[in-house]
Amino acid sequence: MSLLVDALALLAILLGLVFFAAGTAGLLRFPDASSRLHALTKADHLGLGLIVIGLLPRAEAVGGPARLIAVWVLVLVSSAAAGPLLARLARRR
Amino acid sequence: MIADALIAAAILAVALATVAARGSFTAVALFIAYGLLLSFAWVRLGAMDVALTEAAIGAGLSGALLLGAASRVARHPVAAERPPGRAMTVAIGIGCAGVTAALAAAILALPDPAPSLAPQVAANMQATGLGNPVAAVLMSFRGLDTLLESAVLVLAVIAAWSLAPKESWPGPPGLVQPLLPGGPLALLARLLPPLGILVAVHVLWIGKDAPGGKFQAAAILAAMWMLAWMAGRVALPPVSARWLRVVVAAGPALFIAIGLLGWLTEGAFLAYPPGLALPIIMVVEIALTASIAVALALLVIGPPVRRA
Repeated sequence: MSLLVDALALLAILLGLVFFAAGTAGLLRFPDASSRLHALTKADHLGLGLIVIGLLPRAEAVGGPARLIAVWVLVLVSSAAAGPLLARLARRR
Repeated sequence: MIADALIAAAILAVALATVAARGSFTAVALFIAYGLLLSFAWVRLGAMDVALTEAAIGAGLSGALLLGAASRVARHPVAAERPPGRAMTVAIGIGCAGVTAALAAAILALPDPAPSLAPQVAANMQATGLGNPVAAVLMSFRGLDTLLESAVLVLAVIAAWSLAPKESWPGPPGLVQPLLPGGPLALLARLLPPLGILVAVHVLWIGKDAPGGKFQAAAILAAMWMLAWMAGRVALPPVSARWLRVVVAAGPALFIAIGLLGWLTEGAFLAYPPGLALPIIMVVEIALTASIAVALALLVIGPPVRRA
C-alpha cells in the first residue's frame, strides 16, 4: 500500500516537474508577453498542483495537507490576478 | 548536495545579473528573485526564521520599496550621467574585490567548530517561557537589538515624511487611489485581506514556539493594508492623524517603558521579572507587530504628495 502511494506520489511530482519545464520553455521561447504569461500561469500551476498532490502523503497529519493545498490555492488566486494585470500593462506599452 | 550547489550557483548568477542589469526596474526584479533564492538557502541551512524574514522583508517589502523608488526616479529623469573614467572604474573594481576578499577571508578564518552561544541559549531558554530559541534571543537575550531595530523604523517613517513637499503637508500619504470597480486587483483586495490577516496572526502567535514572529507577521499585515489601499478600498488618514502616529510609535515606546521597568525592579534595562517573561514578551510582540506593520506600509506608500 505504502509502496503504491509512494509510486503515485513520485509520478505526480515528476509530472509536475514536466509541466514546470514546459512552462519555463514557453516563457523563454514564446514571442510576446501575453503568450509568455499564458505559458507561466497555466503550466506552472498545473505543475505546482501535481507537486502538492505528490507531497500530500508526506505532510504532517495535523494541518499539513490543508496548508499545502492552501499554498496552491493562494498561488492560483494571486497569479490569476497578477497575470491579467501584467497583460494589460504589456498591451498598453 | 546537488540541490545545494544548484541553489548556490543560482544565487551567484542572479546576484551577478542584478549588478550587471542596465535598467533599474530590471535590477530590482532580479534583486527580488535573488532574495527568494537566498531564502531557499536559509531553509537548506535550517534557519527557518531567517528564511521567512528574508522572503517577507528582504525580497517582498524591500522589493516593493525599491520598485517604488525605481518608478519615482524614472518619472524624474536625472541629467545624463557622466560615465566614470577608466581610473575610477578600476578603483571601484579593486575596492569591491577587496571587500569580497576580506569577507571570504573572514569566513574561512573562522575556527572549526565555529564559536557558538547556542548551548547557553538552550540552557537558559526555559526562563523566558519561549519554545523558539530565535524568539528567545530576539526578545530576551538580545532584546536591545530588537528594540533598536523597531525604533529605526519610526525614524525611517519620520525621515520619509520629511521629504514631503511643503504644499502637500499634511495630506494623506502617497497618491490617492481611485476605487476600482472590478478587475483582478479589486478581486484580490477583497479576497486576500481576511486570509492574510489570519495568516499574520498565526505567524505572530506561533513565533513563540516555532519559526515566525512579529517582523514576518507585520510584513504580511502591511501587504494586506497596501493591497486594500491600491484597490481604493481604504482611504489613508492624513499624516497629521493622531492615531496613525500613536500606532507607529506605540510598539517601541512600550518596549522602552518595559525596559525601564525592568531597570527599576530587576536592576537591568530590559530585564523581565521572573515568571512574567512570557506574557510581557507576547504583549510587546503584539504591540511591535502593529507598529512595524503600519511603519512598513507607510514607508512603501511614501510621503504625502497632495493635500487632502
